[in-house]
Amino acid sequence: MARNSYRTGPDEKGHFGIYGGRYISETLMPAVIELEEEYRKALKDPSFLAELDELNRQYIGRPSPLYYAERLTNHLGGAKIYLKREELNHTGAHKINHAIGQVLLAKRMGKNKIIAETGAGQHGVATATVAALFGMECTVFMGAVDIERQKPNVFRMKLLGAEVKSVTSGSSTLKDAMNDALRHWVSNVHDTFYIIGTAAGPHPYPMMVRDFQSIIGRETKEQLMAQEGRLPDTLVACIGGGSNAIGLFYPFLDDASVKMVAVEASGHGLDTDKSAASIASGRPGVLHGFRSYLLQYDDGQIVEAHSISAGLDYPGIGPEHAWLHEEGRVTYASATDDDALEAFQLCCRTEGIIPALESSHAIAEAMKLAPTLPKDHIMVINLSGRGDKDIFTVAQALGEEI
Amino acid sequence: MSRLNACFTALKADNKAAFVAYTQAGDPSLEVSSAIIQGMPAVGVDIIELGMPFTDPAADGPAIDCAAQRAIAAGATMKQTLGIVTEFRKNNDTTPIVLMGYFNPVHDYGCKAFAKDAAAAGVDGLIIVDLPPEEDEELRSPANAAGIDVIRLATPTSDDARLPTIVSGASGFVCYVAVAGTTGGKSATADNIGAAVRRIKKHTALPVAVGFGIRTPEQAAAVAARADGAVVGTAIVDVIAAGVDENGTLKAGLAEEVLDFTRKLADGVKAGTE
Repeated sequence: MARNSYRTGPDEKGHFGIYGGRYISETLMPAVIELEEEYRKALKDPSFLAELDELNRQYIGRPSPLYYAERLTNHLGGAKIYLKREELNHTGAHKINHAIGQVLLAKRMGKNKIIAETGAGQHGVATATVAALFGMECTVFMGAVDIERQKPNVFRMKLLGAEVKSVTSGSSTLKDAMNDALRHWVSNVHDTFYIIGTAAGPHPYPMMVRDFQSIIGRETKEQLMAQEGRLPDTLVACIGGGSNAIGLFYPFLDDASVKMVAVEASGHGLDTDKSAASIASGRPGVLHGFRSYLLQYDDGQIVEAHSISAGLDYPGIGPEHAWLHEEGRVTYASATDDDALEAFQLCCRTEGIIPALESSHAIAEAMKLAPTLPKDHIMVINLSGRGDKDIFTVAQALGEEI
Repeated sequence: MSRLNACFTALKADNKAAFVAYTQAGDPSLEVSSAIIQGMPAVGVDIIELGMPFTDPAADGPAIDCAAQRAIAAGATMKQTLGIVTEFRKNNDTTPIVLMGYFNPVHDYGCKAFAKDAAAAGVDGLIIVDLPPEEDEELRSPANAAGIDVIRLATPTSDDARLPTIVSGASGFVCYVAVAGTTGGKSATADNIGAAVRRIKKHTALPVAVGFGIRTPEQAAAVAARADGAVVGTAIVDVIAAGVDENGTLKAGLAEEVLDFTRKLADGVKAGTE
């Protein structure tokens, strides 16, 4: 049964249905409780909101355009496709939206050391950027495997003054980077702010990241109203932890006519053990401070996720998404590495836009859906990041040397 | 009276502190791990903390992380961990065993089923490091019903505003994590530990055991003089790690070596309360 509103969560303990919550060591509990209190105060503080708004406009370059992708639309021959151009933001992805918000909270709380985990490096770059902007010390935890496949972003972070710590525990990817960031945080919680890179982690992070990212959906609504005079029919976004997807979806959750599709990365395929599709192949569990769908073996041991895109290579998904999945409000689809590569190239050639491999998963789903839909069906794809960082990975996958 | 309660009561009557020794179940192999655990009471261990291996132990330092990965690689499972306790109980019905670990393997087992099977195996307490009081009801309720204590953690960040939440619903004992950090990190000073224990005791009548940063018999003695129990983990796990070579081959007599080291720590704890 449909609810009156899908925008009332989380509850006072940080739960979306049974998902979310605060599953962290006792040492960190006072810090997240204080963070929640400060965040709620900040939301009522006009000077905080004014500073956030100013930075969004003058530093990130918001609003990002909502662009009618005419050639892509014609090529697919169905739905009218718009791209929400988050890749045009400063630093080249949506991650800056929540990094700015969180660094303002760090400043407000008097913490001058920043840590972050990163997969593709986009969140790491965004965090290093805002730390530089506010003159704060920044340490970014990144899996050794990801450092290898995202070298340009590693160097960007160094240029921005951040220290990149190579993480070699576990699978040496995003989940392990998050483990090491938590380990560092628990030892330095008195002066360190953890800027989490997705709508996950202990409460209030999923709510806070969602709120900062919701500017994507709010702008989309306003822009489409101006350009088409109506709401979109379908929204499509890729999903790893779920920050860009929840950011686009959240303002539309109570618009019943708007369909939403989040696209997980299924790597080599859902029937293989090389996937990152937590909703499709996982089950509820607890990791990194929250309850949600997780890829896990029989004994609750965590599976090493796989995706060609480092930013989706995570064995869990943000808790609000787990809830929206069970409520049936959002559809969770998936795209393989090959699907994403094909979409990546199509977007390059039809629109002259090199999309991030992460965002290419959303385009891949649009390639399946759009041809089946009428021409007056309006579809918005969140182009969450640009693909310059991915050219080495793509070249390798296509067997080309650069 | 529960085994934990009986243990602390008896030690208190003797004016002694409990020596709590930690090892990861199934590390480095089922055989060696079982031998270590079975040998612990004879070398002076009062309470056994048995780690439940998890792939992502985000509250632990490298030593216990590696121990978990070794145990999982050697085939450790939750059922095997409970099996180790069942075997132990065949010859020992007094030494309390506390299982320590992360929530996901327990959650995946099912909280009710786990509480029932753990009680049947002879488990006395649970420490789930990523399950704070606000979230632990779903495990605490079936565990308590099965006669298992859920042991709460207090830390240097637990101020007087936080401590009432921590001790409310706690049973068995309170474990004070003496350092804000991961296992195997820095050590706290004896004075800080003494002050923290006194502060926690203002909020609860439960015994307070102290862990984190205790690596030597001398440190164990200093903690034992100031608390109801001293917990040693990483230092013991390090002896196990040193007995495993790059190819995973185990040194002969490893269990005995671990137990010899454990005996020295136990002697330290006893010396601390003399």
